[in-house]
Amino acid sequence: MNCIVCVTSVPDTASVIKIGDDGKHIDETGIKWIVSPYDEYALEEALKLTEANGGEVTVVTYGPARSEAALRDCLARGAHKAIHVLGGEATLGDSFTIAKALAAAIKDQEYDLVLVGVQGVGTDNAQVGPMLAEMLNLPHVSGITSLDIDGGNLTAGREVEGGKEVVSSPLPALLTCHKGLNEPRYAALKGIMAAKRKPVDKIEVGTLGIDESAGGTYSIRSLELPPEKGAGTILQGEDDPAGAAKEVVQLLRAEAKAI
Amino acid sequence: MAGILVCIEQRNGEIRKASLQALSEAKRLAGGDLPVAAVLIGEGVTASAAGLGANGASKVFVADDANLKLYSAEGYAEAVVKAAEAFGPSAVFFSGTAMGRDLAPRVAAKLGVGALADVVALSREGETFVARRPVYSGKAFTTVDSAGTSPQVISLRPNVFELEEGGGAAEVVALDGLALSIRAVVTEFLAAEGGEIDVAEADVIVAGGRGIKGPENLGLIRDLADALGGAVGASRAIVDAGWIGHSNQVGQTGKVVSPSLYIACGISGAIQHLAGMSSSKVIVAINKDPDAPIFKVADYGIVGDLFEVIPPMIEAIKAL
Repeated sequence: MNCIVCVTSVPDTASVIKIGDDGKHIDETGIKWIVSPYDEYALEEALKLTEANGGEVTVVTYGPARSEAALRDCLARGAHKAIHVLGGEATLGDSFTIAKALAAAIKDQEYDLVLVGVQGVGTDNAQVGPMLAEMLNLPHVSGITSLDIDGGNLTAGREVEGGKEVVSSPLPALLTCHKGLNEPRYAALKGIMAAKRKPVDKIEVGTLGIDESAGGTYSIRSLELPPEKGAGTILQGEDDPAGAAKEVVQLLRAEAKAI
Repeated sequence: MAGILVCIEQRNGEIRKASLQALSEAKRLAGGDLPVAAVLIGEGVTASAAGLGANGASKVFVADDANLKLYSAEGYAEAVVKAAEAFGPSAVFFSGTAMGRDLAPRVAAKLGVGALADVVALSREGETFVARRPVYSGKAFTTVDSAGTSPQVISLRPNVFELEEGGGAAEVVALDGLALSIRAVVTEFLAAEGGEIDVAEADVIVAGGRGIKGPENLGLIRDLADALGGAVGASRAIVDAGWIGHSNQVGQTGKVVSPSLYIACGISGAIQHLAGMSSSKVIVAINKDPDAPIFKVADYGIVGDLFEVIPPMIEAIKAL
């Protein structure tokens, strides 16, 4: 069972977002970059599958030089090799171009499954997975929280409004992974040492036939912070909790008209 | 002029409200000069097609096939693309539901274009659609367009765009000759237990955090939610502790929500949680710690012990 796992580097979820000088992107000063949390579920599932069935995990990213840290992190957790498609700063949020670059890097690899996170934390598009599946002519299931593989078939669960869909598909297939699928492992010291010797294949995105200066399919006009909220009404409920409770219910009814 | 094609979602033949919201928004943006069509996919759905005229569609393409009874990204994408080829739209709209968010990118890739996801506001400049969408789970908002590519595939966040009615019957056009080579198929739909309301769809959310002390006290949160007809949400801390399922988690790596009323109980307000709920219309925070960050986004706050505050709140709500 060979698995391809696509990952992306994103600002740590604890980051405070500030707007950069161009008014279109975030200010990257002081940002700590991490493997996008949903991609960790994809990697963990691939590691579990290859540990149980043999085969290799190849991790792929499309990003600038700093994204190599994300690949090394995945190699340290147990991935066997990595492909780094260099570029990606001009195509932030452009799911179609990102999927095209990943598809070009993956198409000649041997794989049974392609796993990605349901979305990159930050751009929050949740589009690269299904687009990549279409480009690689694979069936896909998105946002999975459970997975069983039986021979050449898989059964995956995905949460939708009001319940869960059970989806069945032949392999090879593409899966986008959601929280609940597994508990991602951390890298151990031994893994971190071993990762330094594992191969990372570097490819300039231009050599894959992607012209990043061509304008893509996603044009950012502006980025702004949400409007600041005025100070709320704070009631002191330590001495008379029942009184504060009654008052807030009255305010919600009469003032906010929320109930 | 090209027009707007809207993909309509149904479950068991019942058309979903979020789709009608997307259709209504398409009609508003189209004004008098762009035609609006819909595409309806499923089994036995032809009878409900003409009625979509009431929400703004002048024409409805219908793919009615036993193989389309349950959702499949491949089968549904083929039908939408077929309708797009017949109609030649400048934009294809989807509702940003679990199905729409799954289907839109597959359709876009089939059409060889990108897509704008989870849009919360739209405007039109000629035939260019300009979208506002949250990024970093709502820590920021971006204004984007499709960089001159067409058709522009756009998914609209549910419960943001207003539903409008008031049109006549639509012309119904059957989509024939679909190959429907479907590999990934939904084999089963497991409804959530007890008909519990999903936080992503709820108009009122009562959420609990570490301040509830243990899973045995979730009943109190549920009672308040029940009194308001709302859903139960949770902070990441109590999901990771295993007190409640991850489908209830609100925040970055959970669900991003914007209900009419959000009541945070014993949630301090980590930045990841605030990102997921701060666009709620009215926020109430109940917390012992007057310095908890949750109070900074709250419209109404009670500094106090949630175990002493919530029971009289439930009583007061029931007395309304």
